Amino acid sequence: MAAVRTSSEIGFNRIAIVAVLVVTIIFLAPIYWIASTAFKPRNLATTIPPTVVFQPEISPFVKLFTKRSQMRSPPSPEEYAAAPWWERVVFDGGEKIVRDGKDQVQWSGYPSRFLNSLIIAITSTVLAVGMGTFTAYGFSRFKVKGEADLLFFILSTRMLPPVVVAIPMFLMYRAVGLNDSHIGLIILYTAFNLSFSVWLMKGFMDEIPKEYEEAALVDGYTRMEAFFKIVLPEAATGIAATAVFCFITAWNEYAFALIMTNRRAQTAPPFIPSQVGSGLPDWTVIAAGTFLFLLPVAIFTFLLRNHLLRGMSFGAIRK
Amino acid sequence: MPPPFLFLQTGAGVLATTMITTLDRSSRAVARGLSDISIRNLFIIPTVLFLIVFNIFPLIYSLGYSFTDFRASTNAPANFVGLQNYRDLLNDPYVWSNFAITAKYVIISVAGQLLVGFGVAMLLNRDIPLKGLITTLLLLPMMLSMAVVGLFWKLLYDPSWGVINYALGLGNFEWLADPKMALYAVALTDIWMWSPFVMLLSLAGLSAVPKHLYEAAAIDRAGPFYTFFRITLPLVAPILMIAVIFRTMEAFKTFDLAYILTSQPTAELISIRLYKMAFQEWQTGRSCALAYIVLIMVLAITNIYVKYLNKVKER
Repeated sequence: MAAVRTSSEIGFNRIAIVAVLVVTIIFLAPIYWIASTAFKPRNLATTIPPTVVFQPEISPFVKLFTKRSQMRSPPSPEEYAAAPWWERVVFDGGEKIVRDGKDQVQWSGYPSRFLNSLIIAITSTVLAVGMGTFTAYGFSRFKVKGEADLLFFILSTRMLPPVVVAIPMFLMYRAVGLNDSHIGLIILYTAFNLSFSVWLMKGFMDEIPKEYEEAALVDGYTRMEAFFKIVLPEAATGIAATAVFCFITAWNEYAFALIMTNRRAQTAPPFIPSQVGSGLPDWTVIAAGTFLFLLPVAIFTFLLRNHLLRGMSFGAIRK
Repeated sequence: MPPPFLFLQTGAGVLATTMITTLDRSSRAVARGLSDISIRNLFIIPTVLFLIVFNIFPLIYSLGYSFTDFRASTNAPANFVGLQNYRDLLNDPYVWSNFAITAKYVIISVAGQLLVGFGVAMLLNRDIPLKGLITTLLLLPMMLSMAVVGLFWKLLYDPSWGVINYALGLGNFEWLADPKMALYAVALTDIWMWSPFVMLLSLAGLSAVPKHLYEAAAIDRAGPFYTFFRITLPLVAPILMIAVIFRTMEAFKTFDLAYILTSQPTAELISIRLYKMAFQEWQTGRSCALAYIVLIMVLAITNIYVKYLNKVKER
């Protein structure tokens, strides 16, 4: 900071580095804990004192994907020997995998919820970013009457509490039969993310020099050609960052999903907590479900790290 | 004019502009391809229409219901009751207490985030090995799903085998089941989740403070306190203000986290009350009225927020 570094400043720097390390560890501990619980044997998940060192297991993930039932007696040695590895780990926990009449393994509710989350988040992201890119270009390059009011209107639709919007949407969806449907949630998430994507993309569009297209127009391109061939490639990074933000928002959304879906189109966020229920939940399975659900977001956070500030401030603050 | 009407009016204004510019187009000579004005309309109007249909129309719909005694759980037709719902809600001490709880929650969690977030940013604002990696790791909590975060903090808060009680040596301390503690526990989780956001904004603000100011202060032998209060803080203040307004708005809306963590009435935030009124007690008409009261409050904060954003942008 200062031109001359005194010894006390260097000492303070050391203290700060240690403090940063401590803070980082505290902040990451909850995430570490959920990740480690996902690999614990069931009897070690809720011990007093908490178990830190253990032999990691894959069984919570097998249990996460299958329907199981308690076994009264342990399986016979032949049965155990004949079972594939993923069935043995379930046997080891005193449970067996439920099969239907044709001996097919029964899936749990998790894979279909995970798939629903993927379908709904990806489709709504593509729609919101697609429409948002065009609209942002429109706002960035052309004079629009009442631009500030319009942009405020667009943003304010995102700021409303989800429950406020959900009450009339629920009634309307019920009237047209869109409750518990993929399309219903896709529309809601698209509307929700669209305003965000317009704001963020407008910032990216503003940064692309107008001269690029003007040169293209002089060269005989139409405005449309200039947009697709010159502007879009320039905006690629911005589009990617916006898409990741929209995906994460849709992926994480809870309130709309809780109210609008119950089974067929239910996404993972309302499903995972509903597994806790009453009685003694198997926390290793819940942790495994949580771990898989959080993994894509963690990866995206790393990919997005240079755009986080911009995304979180609706494109207002750039680094 | 109150915000929601302004809001609807803008929507109507857009429709009018659409019609005018459509007429306008035909009078213009089109040289090659589509004219700029038609491209502008093509690019902007679908989005605005989409938002009107799926955001504004539902709100008009619920404004209508807010004047009725409609219950979505029965087939009985809705009766017009005028302002009765609004009058009842504003005279309901229960609803007022929900607002008071929400206010308390907002203050605790935003203040906590400001302190922790700005504090960590001050620590990080120097040459530190692996600074980029550490910053990214610290940002992880705010990217996660609030519902799922609530779920696993439940595991951490467990009085008998929870890690928090063990790490802090608190014995069987009740976090979520104690009416006095529940709201603080929710706020603590929110602070964990969102301090990184304040940190991120603060870091941006701190890195924008010109170095020569510190050099000048050092030459003048200014103490660290003087430097902080006279140079650092005033220059970072606008960006901190953005963080505070944004987090206030979000904390006011909190639903997922509190709903999953605890069912204590002492931690019943206004959005949880709204959810229960609408989807558990099925008082649809009344809940629409409450939704409108909340909506006006949120729009007021949003308005301040957007003004501030534009101000900072212009700097």
